Amino acid sequence: MKLVTAVIKPFKLDDVKEALKSAGVVGVTVTEVRGFGRQGGHTETYRGTEYQVDFLPKVKVEVIVDDADVDGAVEAIVSSARTEKIGDGKVWVTTIDDLIRIRTGERGAEAV
Amino acid sequence: MNTGDAAWVLVSSAMVLFMTPGLAFFYGGMDRSRNVLNMLMMNFWCLLIIPILWVVVGYSIAGGNFDAAFFGGFGAAFLKGIGLEGEGAKQLLTIAFLGMFAVITPALISGAVAGRMKFTAWAIFAPVWMLLVFAPVFKWVYGGWLGVRGSLDFAGGTAIHVNAGIAALVAVLILGKRRGWPQEGSPPHSMPLVMIGTGILWFGWFGFNAGSALGANGQAVQAFMNTFLAAAAGGLAWVLVERVRDGHPTNLGAASGIVAGLVAVTPACGYVSSMSSIWIGLAAGVVCSYAVRIKFKGGFDDALDVVGVHFVGGLVGSLMIGLFADSSHFGAEHLDGLFYGGGFKLLLEQAIANGVTIIYSAIVTALILLAIKATVGLRVSDDEELTGLDSVEHGETAYHFGEVTMGRG
Repeated sequence: MKLVTAVIKPFKLDDVKEALKSAGVVGVTVTEVRGFGRQGGHTETYRGTEYQVDFLPKVKVEVIVDDADVDGAVEAIVSSARTEKIGDGKVWVTTIDDLIRIRTGERGAEAV
Repeated sequence: MNTGDAAWVLVSSAMVLFMTPGLAFFYGGMDRSRNVLNMLMMNFWCLLIIPILWVVVGYSIAGGNFDAAFFGGFGAAFLKGIGLEGEGAKQLLTIAFLGMFAVITPALISGAVAGRMKFTAWAIFAPVWMLLVFAPVFKWVYGGWLGVRGSLDFAGGTAIHVNAGIAALVAVLILGKRRGWPQEGSPPHSMPLVMIGTGILWFGWFGFNAGSALGANGQAVQAFMNTFLAAAAGGLAWVLVERVRDGHPTNLGAASGIVAGLVAVTPACGYVSSMSSIWIGLAAGVVCSYAVRIKFKGGFDDALDVVGVHFVGGLVGSLMIGLFADSSHFGAEHLDGLFYGGGFKLLLEQAIANGVTIIYSAIVTALILLAIKATVGLRVSDDEELTGLDSVEHGETAYHFGEVTMGRG
């Protein structure tokens, strides 16, 4: 089992969700996050004074998939979240030691 | 008592009361989210303590003996002898109307001291300042020696905005900067709250200015019109400056310009014609949009720009009476401005009245604050400042996100 985590542009969330569903992913967890990368921040002006906003709003998407489905999930995210402009985000894959479905107590791959 | 006059002043009084919550939202939205409830409570505190203090002794000092030059005395303390017969009801209504002004004047200062003042210190300062600074200056300007000399202040430019504005400057000098200022920025935490507050202030200001005619008459109508125009002109001017200077027309610029225009037309609205009020609003918008930057050069942490908007805006409006006052337009007898054949006499009197107010208010405000500093202290600790005043001073949180449940301690 793998955890696929992506940080994406907030307005791309709907596209990513649809692409993951099409790829057969059955569950997604979404968190509103802030951060900075190469895109940097932006400035806001209040009463003529500029403020630097370093942390931009992004959305973090997390899905858990079987090893065999990892490439499909990653490809779904990358193709749907891409705008080809700076700040599109990143996707990374980590291995999960164990997984438990709370309702039934099933463990491992059965709980995906 | 004329029923039309009574009806208008009654409604105006309620409108002026509404301005203090409006000011609280205007300031509260500009403050940090961890201090917004403290800002609201500093303003609402004035609504709790000042009305009572006003009828106990405040009104008596400010207006009790109308012929007094300096001090109204204690003859009207506890509203002694003021009934409903004859002119009694009219006097009682005037006391209520002016009481609303006594509430909001110290409340104006709260924006400067945001984010680091002990609530106990504010709770003592606001009422004491109302008694020792607002009430005497009000007396001098209205029926007292400054008014008799010929200076004009229709609804409180000198007595309210310049007076509270200079007190705000003294207060931040004694209180000191917030931690991290000016390197660390604290932009407004809720611009929609600022805009709601601005709308409430503009609405209430019609009562503040047009109600100051103390009757439903032509002067009230002109003051109403001037309040309408100067606010629009102030907002327009500020936003245009921003578009050219900073690139974006901002909500905060519009709100600040509206308030600057309202502040500036306050002393003038019963003495100038409609076109003059547009010039006053435009001037206030431009001047104040630059005046809010002085604090960075001067190194004083006037958190929400009470000096840049109220002190400077009040001065602009008050001095422009010396240019635009037009007694014949109102069929009244007072000095005329420079542009209406009055020469420099009125301009000089305006400068004297504001100069005296600035000196007196600065000295007495400093004495009050130094006395509080030496006893209960003025500032919260550094830890408390970082934690936020809402939680430390009031045991409350402004914004609970998601489903928050609390055990019954």
